[in-house]
Amino acid sequence: MQHLHREIENLKKEIIREAGLVETNLRDSIKALMTRDHDLATEVVARDTLIDELEVEVEEECLKIFALYQPVAVDLRYLVAFLKLNNDLERIGDLAANIADRAVSLSIKDLLNIPDQIPRMSELVQKMLKDSLDALVDLDGEKARDVLLQDDEVDDLHHSMYAVVGNEIKADPKNVEIWMEILAVSRYLERIADHCTNIAEDVEYMVNGEINRHNAPKS
Amino acid sequence: MVKTQKTKLHAENVDFYYGNTQALFDINMSIPDKQVTALIGPSGCGKSTFLRMFNRMNDIIPGTHHTGIISMDGEDIYSPKTDVVKLRRDVGMVFQKSNPFPKSIYDNVIYGPTIHGTKDKSELDAIVEKSLKGAALWDEVKDRLNTSALGLSGGQQQRLCIARALAVKPKLLLMDEPASALDPKSSARIEKLIGELREKYTIIIVTHNMQQASRVSDHTAFFYEGVLIEFGETPQIFTKPTQQRTEDYITGRFG
Repeated sequence: MQHLHREIENLKKEIIREAGLVETNLRDSIKALMTRDHDLATEVVARDTLIDELEVEVEEECLKIFALYQPVAVDLRYLVAFLKLNNDLERIGDLAANIADRAVSLSIKDLLNIPDQIPRMSELVQKMLKDSLDALVDLDGEKARDVLLQDDEVDDLHHSMYAVVGNEIKADPKNVEIWMEILAVSRYLERIADHCTNIAEDVEYMVNGEINRHNAPKS
Repeated sequence: MVKTQKTKLHAENVDFYYGNTQALFDINMSIPDKQVTALIGPSGCGKSTFLRMFNRMNDIIPGTHHTGIISMDGEDIYSPKTDVVKLRRDVGMVFQKSNPFPKSIYDNVIYGPTIHGTKDKSELDAIVEKSLKGAALWDEVKDRLNTSALGLSGGQQQRLCIARALAVKPKLLLMDEPASALDPKSSARIEKLIGELREKYTIIIVTHNMQQASRVSDHTAFFYEGVLIEFGETPQIFTKPTQQRTEDYITGRFG
């Protein structure tokens, strides 16, 4: 194997390691939110620093490879996709940390039941993240395309939250802060789904060289 | 980026043989006018053989023959009616190793025009200036035109060879590894020059330097074992080749 291809293999391992941390943090942030686990939530926030560090490492590694090897064709597409999805992973990490922040503040408040939309969205975005990463590992364009189809349900659930939150606030205005936090969580989940579709689109580009960002399939 | 242009050269079902050894297999290709076409491929893939068909340089190698048609501006260059001397004036060639004559810079440039009958001194002076300017060498040598060409640096010698080719007003420039023996700076100078020359000339360049092919050319043709595997616009070849063998070659997986 050539130097370049060894470098790309190592880079891929790094990214998968970063992705693993992001998956764990997303899962734990949701768990902390649903179970009012203050300690777990603070742990997630602390671990986000690690993801940030890995993101910078991966980016530097990509830039080094561009400078030293001037990759073309499939190698070029991989590196460009790595550079972009590295950024999406880091953003998902940030959003998981944001969810954990909300989990911290909600854990000390009397609550009320969290609406069903939130666990459903959580389940969907975790699956989208898993599928987009599986597509990356297996370079599976089909699987990547499937991820794009899942985004609509998350969007619909998020939109339905506005009415839910509006009604709850009207019914009991003193809970307004709590409900704003819940709406924020919904928004974070919706954003995570978008980053997952970005990753899936990058994988599609790696595999077949098509940029499909602005004509995603509709279910 | 890539101009849509008329065809300058056309190859149709071209086979080429060195004795019994077939070196090119059924090549079909249209090379666009006033653009740079790069021929790439591993050693022995037939790219230089193909290049040499355009000025009939292969004719001078004993035991070679070809079938198929090669035409320039629609005219079969292997037709019995073809004036080979005129063809070689129309098709300039620059080689890997610069090969100035052991004469003055001035005499190198006027060599071709003189052979083709130009005698007027002022006309020759004008040709020398124009050709050296065209090859981006004028400013460096204008004060020592009568000194030996062999005193020039490697990069300058190569540009002198380009000037010598330009002096006979070619329609086409063939370049076989024109920058491979040069340092990065001289190589960059030649690449810049190719960028300027493409305004006026159709250029075909054979190169082993993949980055050079991607930098200087509008179209790239990949040859492998005498077969034209893929021919397309250079940005497409270097981002999204359609053939696996092209991809394997340009990414260094073989060859």
